[in-house]
Amino acid sequence: MTPSLNAIVPMACVTAAGIAAMVAESFRDPGERMPIAGLGVVGLLGAAVSTVLLWNHNATSFGLVAADNFGLFVTGTLIVVGLLTLAISGPTIERERLPGGEYYALMLFATAGMMLMATATDLLVIFLALEVMSLAVYVLTGIRRDSPASTEASFKYFLLGAFSSAFFLYGIAFTYGLTGSTRLDRIGSLMASQAMSPTPMQFLALGLIIVGFAFKVAAVPFHMWTPDAYEGAPPAVTGFMSTGVKAAAFAAFVRVFLSAFEPLRGSWSDVIWILAAATMIVGTVAGVTQSSVKRMLAYSSIGHGGYLLLALVSGNDFGKGAVLFYLLTYAITNIGAFGVIALLDNADRPNDQVKDYAGLWNERPGLAALMTVFLLSLGGFPPMAGFIAKWYVFSAAVRAGYTGLAIIGVLTSVISVFFYLRIVVMMYMTPTDTPAQFPPVPKVAGGALLVSALLIFYLGVLPTRVLEWAAASISTIF
Amino acid sequence: MPFPILTSLVALPVAGAILLLFVRGDEEQSAPFARKIALIVSLLVFAETLLLWMRFDGASGNFQFVERHAWIPAFGIEYYVGVDGISLLLLVLTGFLTPLALLGSWESVHKQTKAFCIFVLLLESAMMGVFISLDLFLFYIFWDAMLVPMYFLIGIWGYERRIYAAIKFILYTMAGSVLMLLAILGLAYMHYTATGVYSFDLLKLYEMQVPMHTQFWFFLAFALAFAIKVPLFPFHTWLPDAHVEAPTAGSVILAGVMLKMGTYGLVRFAFPLFPQAALFFAPWLAVLAVIGIIYGALVAMVQPDMKKLVAYSSVSHLGFVVLGIAAMNTQGVSGAVYQMLSHGVSTGGLFLIVGMLSDRRHTRQITEYGGLKKVTPRLVAAFLLVTLASIGLPGLNGFVGEFLILLGAFRWDPRFAAFAATGVILSATYMLWMFQRVNYGPVTNEKNASLADLRPREWLVIVPIIAVAVLMGVVPNLFLRPIEPSVERILNQYHHGAPSRIQASAQPSRLRSPETQASFGEARRSATGAQAAALSSQPLAGEAGR
Repeated sequence: MTPSLNAIVPMACVTAAGIAAMVAESFRDPGERMPIAGLGVVGLLGAAVSTVLLWNHNATSFGLVAADNFGLFVTGTLIVVGLLTLAISGPTIERERLPGGEYYALMLFATAGMMLMATATDLLVIFLALEVMSLAVYVLTGIRRDSPASTEASFKYFLLGAFSSAFFLYGIAFTYGLTGSTRLDRIGSLMASQAMSPTPMQFLALGLIIVGFAFKVAAVPFHMWTPDAYEGAPPAVTGFMSTGVKAAAFAAFVRVFLSAFEPLRGSWSDVIWILAAATMIVGTVAGVTQSSVKRMLAYSSIGHGGYLLLALVSGNDFGKGAVLFYLLTYAITNIGAFGVIALLDNADRPNDQVKDYAGLWNERPGLAALMTVFLLSLGGFPPMAGFIAKWYVFSAAVRAGYTGLAIIGVLTSVISVFFYLRIVVMMYMTPTDTPAQFPPVPKVAGGALLVSALLIFYLGVLPTRVLEWAAASISTIF
Repeated sequence: MPFPILTSLVALPVAGAILLLFVRGDEEQSAPFARKIALIVSLLVFAETLLLWMRFDGASGNFQFVERHAWIPAFGIEYYVGVDGISLLLLVLTGFLTPLALLGSWESVHKQTKAFCIFVLLLESAMMGVFISLDLFLFYIFWDAMLVPMYFLIGIWGYERRIYAAIKFILYTMAGSVLMLLAILGLAYMHYTATGVYSFDLLKLYEMQVPMHTQFWFFLAFALAFAIKVPLFPFHTWLPDAHVEAPTAGSVILAGVMLKMGTYGLVRFAFPLFPQAALFFAPWLAVLAVIGIIYGALVAMVQPDMKKLVAYSSVSHLGFVVLGIAAMNTQGVSGAVYQMLSHGVSTGGLFLIVGMLSDRRHTRQITEYGGLKKVTPRLVAAFLLVTLASIGLPGLNGFVGEFLILLGAFRWDPRFAAFAATGVILSATYMLWMFQRVNYGPVTNEKNASLADLRPREWLVIVPIIAVAVLMGVVPNLFLRPIEPSVERILNQYHHGAPSRIQASAQPSRLRSPETQASFGEARRSATGAQAAALSSQPLAGEAGR
């Protein structure tokens, strides 16, 4: 195999942009306005171009990073996540007086880590990517240094995250002990030969790695950090981490379990079944009781993790494709929703209680309409993308014979509609005597949200092309 | 390529809604303009449905005006639409009621009129889509998409408890329909295992042999979704809330069209797709329907609120429709379809009249009224005609459907017909009693003394309703003619699938061999004759019917 660097070009672009942002920040005079976000856009666009060029080429670098279509699809999703995050971060940075360069640099490094995680084919590289991503996100969570909530959230996230990383690493160690390798393909073939006689070591390895992933994708019962971290972080960061981290972690989760550990399916499918059911149920039921919009959406994103787990456990072609399509639509929708929250954030008032949304329709009809689109799509109403994504997941489950799980899935999605509609009720139907003050909507952020909403309709009405991409993605590696 | 008329039925209201988005200005400036645009668009759609009817080949029971395009080929999903006689008339009904609903709330919507018009148009589009879809996936999309505009209509422009009602409405309907989604997915997967391709094509799925055991679950999933929509007792509790709290336009569309989607779904999907399960469950459905007929009527009788009374009367009337469908013979199903149309017209009319009264007095309590006959004679005359239509007086629309349904039910199982017939009497009781308390006697409340009579706009609303009610009562064959071949086709489909394979377990009375089927066709024709005879001697038939 000739060494080739092609496969790492997308993340190299993003990393370079991150370094450039850091350098630019250090040369910036205090008070000088510098379009640092522009650097990020350039880097992400570079990554996008290289992703398109790498499509269908199955490039690998060092035998550790594979830019197969699966990884590239997730990379594409992460690029969308990155671009949208850049677009909605501006107002937050200005209002909270955050250090712009650091913020963007951390965000770009995290994105690079996510991309590496989605394309890595070696457990150790996955671990490295996980740490690159996580460390940057820990800091981003606590970037409002003068806010106790933000710091607390960051600290909690860091402690629990470090703990789960240890589990993950331990699981890798056991796997290495079993197979003598950390490369997924070798693990897969060795596991296949051992699959007949499951050993306690296998269970330990599988269990520890599941814990590590379950923490990152916020699956119940490893979700405790999520509401606090999502609430404490600035909304733009929450949007970023609720979608980017989830996309990267799920990509690795799918790659590891549906290729390397596929032979042991009998040992892990029941565990994931229970995780999926618990995640869907707890995520939606707990979401009903929240009064803070951010916490509500935190639980909602836990619930969406459950649907992704449902697709994962289904494990068939539909399931794998469904994970990809779901991640993309969920990413666009959820960033959109957090983008609206970010735009409503006020210097002296966070406006993050459900009741703060009363009368938004009268004050900012455009934002209210956009929020409605995002929420209805999260709730899975046609003709929004969320419906197609859920339909894809459920058809995978029905096809795999997981009818019970599919029934839990559809019923919890009805429950989730209840709390999404609570926000809609507030925005449209609740008169208020003391309307909350909403800041003006900056053009870039508003435009980005509008684009997200249009994408949601596009994916909901004409999903064919993207569905075909998703289907093509899974055929390359599994 | 011929003009895609069915697509335009869906697309035109959406285009109108998008056009409305660009209407600028504050409420004062935009409202009149928005109303007019919405009205014109909905009238155009109505004209299109009439055109459709004119060009429809009534002798054929097959799907016509079919448009078919690949949509998501990887999953066998198509954009596949077409109409038969049943959906044709429901489209016409939708087209007919939407402009009336808009006109009926011309002055009662005071805030955000532009958004109101947008939601009404989007709702119309989704309703049209439900009736034309021949691809189950497409059907489900419209079915679910319809909830959102209705939710907003109730939630924003409704009365005091509107938010509660709106959320209850959307959660109930969704809870029912998501299980149907799973059943649809299961069906498509079965088609895949049988033939190697995914398909949501209704006509292909009709052909499929679904194993008995699976049929039961799938039928239950479909029937639950439709039973909630109808609403069949005991799934009806969302309906009174939604109706009472909805603005007039919402009530008219809800009662006039949306409830029919449940019964339409039973006829189009649940029964023909799962004939064996349907045969098994039909008596249970009929029991629930009969309970609904009587229970709805009894509860309607004691309602102090006119809107709630009409809402419960819908539960009762829709019970008849379900009974007719459960009978699964020509009279029953034709009667059921006829009753769907007729109920749409007369209940739509009742809600419009109640809306006019509540626009004037801002109350819907029956006790607040009394003696209106002296104050507003014309309004009361219209009220009377619509009330009689709803009761089912021969010569008006309500009679034909109920008569056919009872006939069909009688042929199937006379016990159901016997119990259901009490509903006819009860409906006369509660409607006439309400009418009497509102309109006769002295003017007890002085606020009523100076009420205005019908305004020109209200004439425009109520005259078409009454005209159609009379037309449907006098020349029912005009409407039955396109229905009949389609009903025959569905029945063939059903009887082809159902009894032949489980003859051993089925009761002889429910079996239909080809010969008996042919003789049913005869009976159906003679029944039409009998009904024509009944119509020509109305007083006699009227007495017999009561």
